This record gives sequence, C-alpha cells and structure tokens, in this order.
Amino acid sequence: MREITYRQALNEALAEELERDPNVFLMGEEVAEYQGAYKVSHGLLERFGPRRIIDTPISENGFAGLGVGAAMVGLRPIIEFMTFSFSLVAFDQVVNNAPNMYTMSGGQFNIPITFRGPNGPAHQLGATHSHATENFYASVPGLKVCTPATPRDAKGLLKTAVRDNNPVLVLEAELLYSSKGMVEPPDEELLIPLGKAEVKREGSDVSIICYSQTVPLALKVADQLEEEDISAEIVDLRSIKPLDEKAIFDSVAKTHRVVIVEQDHPFCGVGAEVCYRIQKNIFDALDAPIIRVSQEDVPMPYNERLEKAVLPNADKLVAAVKQVCYA
Amino acid sequence: MQPVEQRDEVEMLSLMLLIRRFEERASQQYQAQKIGGFCHLYIGQEAVVTGAIAAIRDDDYIITAYRDHAHALARGTSADACMAELFGKETGCSRGLGGSMHFFDRKNHMYGGHAIVAAHVPLAVGMAFAIKYRGEDRVTLCFFGDGAINQGAFHEALNLAALYKLPIVFICENNLFAMGTSVTRSTSLRQIVDRAEGYDIPGEIVDGMNFREVRDKVAEIVDSIRKEPHPAFLEMRTYRYRGHSMSDPASYRTKQELEKYRLDDPITRLRAQLTREGKLTNEQFDLLDKRAKETVLAAVKFAEKSPQPPLDTLYDYTYADGATELGDHRPVERAQEQGEGAPSPSPD
Repeated sequence: MREITYRQALNEALAEELERDPNVFLMGEEVAEYQGAYKVSHGLLERFGPRRIIDTPISENGFAGLGVGAAMVGLRPIIEFMTFSFSLVAFDQVVNNAPNMYTMSGGQFNIPITFRGPNGPAHQLGATHSHATENFYASVPGLKVCTPATPRDAKGLLKTAVRDNNPVLVLEAELLYSSKGMVEPPDEELLIPLGKAEVKREGSDVSIICYSQTVPLALKVADQLEEEDISAEIVDLRSIKPLDEKAIFDSVAKTHRVVIVEQDHPFCGVGAEVCYRIQKNIFDALDAPIIRVSQEDVPMPYNERLEKAVLPNADKLVAAVKQVCYA
Repeated sequence: MQPVEQRDEVEMLSLMLLIRRFEERASQQYQAQKIGGFCHLYIGQEAVVTGAIAAIRDDDYIITAYRDHAHALARGTSADACMAELFGKETGCSRGLGGSMHFFDRKNHMYGGHAIVAAHVPLAVGMAFAIKYRGEDRVTLCFFGDGAINQGAFHEALNLAALYKLPIVFICENNLFAMGTSVTRSTSLRQIVDRAEGYDIPGEIVDGMNFREVRDKVAEIVDSIRKEPHPAFLEMRTYRYRGHSMSDPASYRTKQELEKYRLDDPITRLRAQLTREGKLTNEQFDLLDKRAKETVLAAVKFAEKSPQPPLDTLYDYTYADGATELGDHRPVERAQEQGEGAPSPSPD
C-alpha cells in the first residue's frame, strides 16, 4: 500500500482500463490537451494518443449521445462531464437513451458506458454548479450510481464501472480530489464491486450512514463523539444503486440508532430511500426515529456563510446523533 | 471491398409493396385495438428507405426515429416480427418491450427505432465514431424527419460528425410536417439542406418519391465515404399520406395537396419505369402485390397466435448482468409469492 491522492487514484484507474481494453476510450471537454479540467486525465493523451483520449466541443448532449451510440456497437466509452451539474444538459441521453436501450430492444442492446466527473457542492460555485445529482439518477431503472469517498474506493469503483455491461455513473467529488489515502500498489489489481458498502469505522451506539463528501465529515464527527463517550459506526454506502441493504441492516441491528448524512436535498433524497428500507425491514431493531442531515431545501447561495449554512456540517450531525441517542 | 451490388429493382418494388401493405394492415389492426400506444405510418415515403437500403451493404449501420416500421422491414426484419412487436408479443423484434416506436434488430444492423425527436442523431454519430475508431469501411445511415432539425441534439451531432470527419449520411425525410406544424412554420431556412452548410457538411436535395434517384444519390455518397470518411447530408423531399399518427386526421393540409403527391406515388412511379422498360408486366405486379398482402395477413395471424412476454421476465431486461439488488422494489415477485399476478396464457 502507498499513499496517493483521490485524483491520482482515478488517473491510475483510467490508465489501467485504457491499457487493458482497446475498446475503452475517454471523451469529454478538456480531457486531452488541457489534461482535464481537474487534471484527472493528466498524461493520458501523451500515453494513449488522440484516437483514445478525445477532446470535445462544449456539447454535453452531443458527446454523451455519441458515447451511447458507440456503446451500442461494442465500444466501452468513458464520458467525462466537467461536472455533473453540466450533465443536466445531457439528461435525455443519460436518462432516456443509456438505461432504456436494453429494455426497449428486448435485451439486444446493452450499453456499457461510464459517465464520470465531479458531483455535489464544491465551494462558492453558486446554484447552477453545485448540484448533487445522485438522487435524480439513482431513481432511474437501468442506471447504476456509485459515489467513492476515498482514493482506494475511487480507483476500485471506477475500474469496476468501466468493466460493467450497463451504464454506470461514477460521481466523484471536487473537494476530495486532493485528499490522500492508502491504495494498493499499481501492480495489484484493485476492483471494488458495485453495491457493496464499507464500514469505515466500527462503533456500537449509533450508525452514521454516509457517502461521498459526507464520509470524511462523519469520520471527523465520530472522533468528536468518542470524546463524549458516544461510539459511532460509520457506514459508507459507496454505491447508491445498487444499494447494500445488508450492510445497512447489519449495522442498525448492532447500534439500534441511525443518522443518515447525505449531500443531496432532503425531498426524495437518498436518505429517504434508506429510511424506508430500514423501517420496512428491521423496524423492531430501532430504538429511536431515524434522522437525516442533508442540504437545506434551497438553491445554493454564493455567499460563503450562507453556503455553509446550507451544507451538512459537524454541528448539525452531532446534534442529530445526540437526538437519536437521547443524549 | 467491392462496391455494393445493386439490388434487383423488381425486388425493391416488392419491398415497397410490403411496406405499404404492412402499414395499411397496421392501421386496420390499430383501429381494431390490437395495437396500443402511438403508431406512425410510413405510407407515401417508401422510396426513401428502400432506395437508401438498395445502395448500402448488409453490414452498414442504420438508425431512425419513431416512424420506423419500414426501416426494419427494409433491413430484413420479418413482417411477422414487426407485426408481433406492434401487438406487444414476445416474438416481436423487441420482444414486445419496445412497441411501434422502438423497433430493433441487431442481427440486421437496425439500431432502432427512437422516439425522442433528434435524440438518436448523436447515437448515430457514436456508431460512425466506432466505425472510424476500428478503421472499418462501414457507413452509418441516420434517418430523421424535418421536425428533428430544430433540436439541439441534431446541431451538436452534426458539428461532432464534421469535426471528427465521421462516416455518416444524415438523411432528412422531409415530409413537410413535424406532426401538424409545416416546415415553413418551424424552420427559419428556405430549404432544410442549408442546415448542413452551417457545419461544412456537403448536402443535396433528392426527390424522395423517386426510388432510383434516392438509390443513386445514396450510392454515390456512400462510395465517396468508404474511400475517405466524412459526413454528408441528404434532404429527401417526400410526403406522408396519413396523419402524423393514428389519432391525427391531418386537417392542417388540403385534399388537393395530398392528391398532388398521390399522383407522384413512389410505387406507381417505379412500377411505370419498370413496365416501360419491359422489366415488369401487369400480371407480375399483381402477383407481387398479392404476395405482399398474403405476407402481411400471415404476419397478423402470427402476431395473434404469439404469446405475451411472461410476467416473470419483467426484471430480466433492466440490467445486462441480471437483476440488480432491488430490495423492496419488486412488486411482481411479491405478488407471485402471494399467488397473484402469475403469468397467464395469451387470451388470443
């Protein structure tokens, strides 16, 4: 194991999959000559050439659709959205074409495509550039959605996504690109299955269910809670769809108390689905109502102080934990 | 690769008759409520797809919009599989899961059947991209209507195709109406083909009611694309005799206009050409027409007899590697556990 950044981990995943399979190509805005808007594709043009690392004009609908068409005839495109906020311009391709094709064609055309890029609020980008899209996309049958929080998960999930025979969205996080973590050495194949959550920290008093940018937040809060004698178990979903029910239920059966901390909005957010499944399946295991911490239900303000007030934060999470623990 | 062998013209006339009779029968079956959803007929436009198919190889790619029955038939999908799809049966070309607007036939390189206007134009560009990526000499034919040319997806796709020099022919089937809106009320240009010029794509206007003109023009362009990949654009001037869909009486146009185009009927025209040249007798034509009608009638019988897709396959075509972990969202499975909703034999 060695320590690398989340950005390097994604870069390694791309390089390894491009190396492994000649049908894999990377396409998007600024992915080639500019080396990636967030430098995730740094060095790939030099290594793999312009046939496989392809710059596009600013035409998300066009190049997302190009990817779907190329996948219909056997290529395995990786389509980068500079941010998933821009994927909304390509919503028709991601929602109507990619996941519907397999059904509409009676199983003749599966679409092995990866859509990837940063997702969720970053820092003072305002309402149009701060969308957390996981709950929109996870609600669509035929799509798979994962949300890596660590360099290791980023590498392992992206590699798995590229090999999957269905459309998979890898929702990265801009604020995590420079974060560091331990990852297996490059000569060791790292594949992390979709639909498998991971307990990032064991605990006994409360389960904090989190994903993406809320994972480091939850880990920090767990340290803080430990000082107050509350032992929090941190369950990182890693994939939103498929959802790892078993990992969630196992943790809840142990702690009997749940807080969900999500980066999307409260109405029909990911946490709403998780709550439903917990109460439906292990109602008797609960010792308190489940509480969700999410963004406030407003478009993202630019102002820094207001932005902080919109986002989930340590104070909100600690308060929620204390509420479910009746502490 | 050898240039495409020109298909026998009598065979192509026979195909046009099959399309015409298929659509007439589909219309009748729709009115008899055997066919659900939306149903868009191709009657009047037969020379476009038939001419284009006559000019390409079997391994070239084609993709179209929702008025797609003819494209599947022209590509070699059986009338049985097409009619069964309209009936929503398991034997349909999309297993009864696609319907009228979503015909697919992988084996015959028919890539749909796409119902969001212009959303398939980027897909076509992706298919052409794959051809070039692999260094093949195939060509993609992308069919769409005049209604598609004002959608963003269309413009983005044309720009990408020109930018990457992809082997694709954009075939605009200009039947003068996007649903009920005439081209003059939807499009700022005097002629649609000028859209291509904006992307530096060579374009031409073709008489879409004339099989031979369509075939020869597509053949010429495809030949040039096989030598050196590039996009091209053809505006096919054509006309649909029926409304936009089955629910549309087409009251936005005059009887005189319709009659004018009927006089220029593509089937009558090719028949006259062949008869004049001594390649077809009236008796032979009547026989072809009789066969087309019989094929379509047999297709209706086939569709009626075919089974419904089994209920227990409902989750089989959502993910390619089988059903994913759907947790609580499997109502059919739950219903079956409770002894309800079990698959029943076709009522027909």
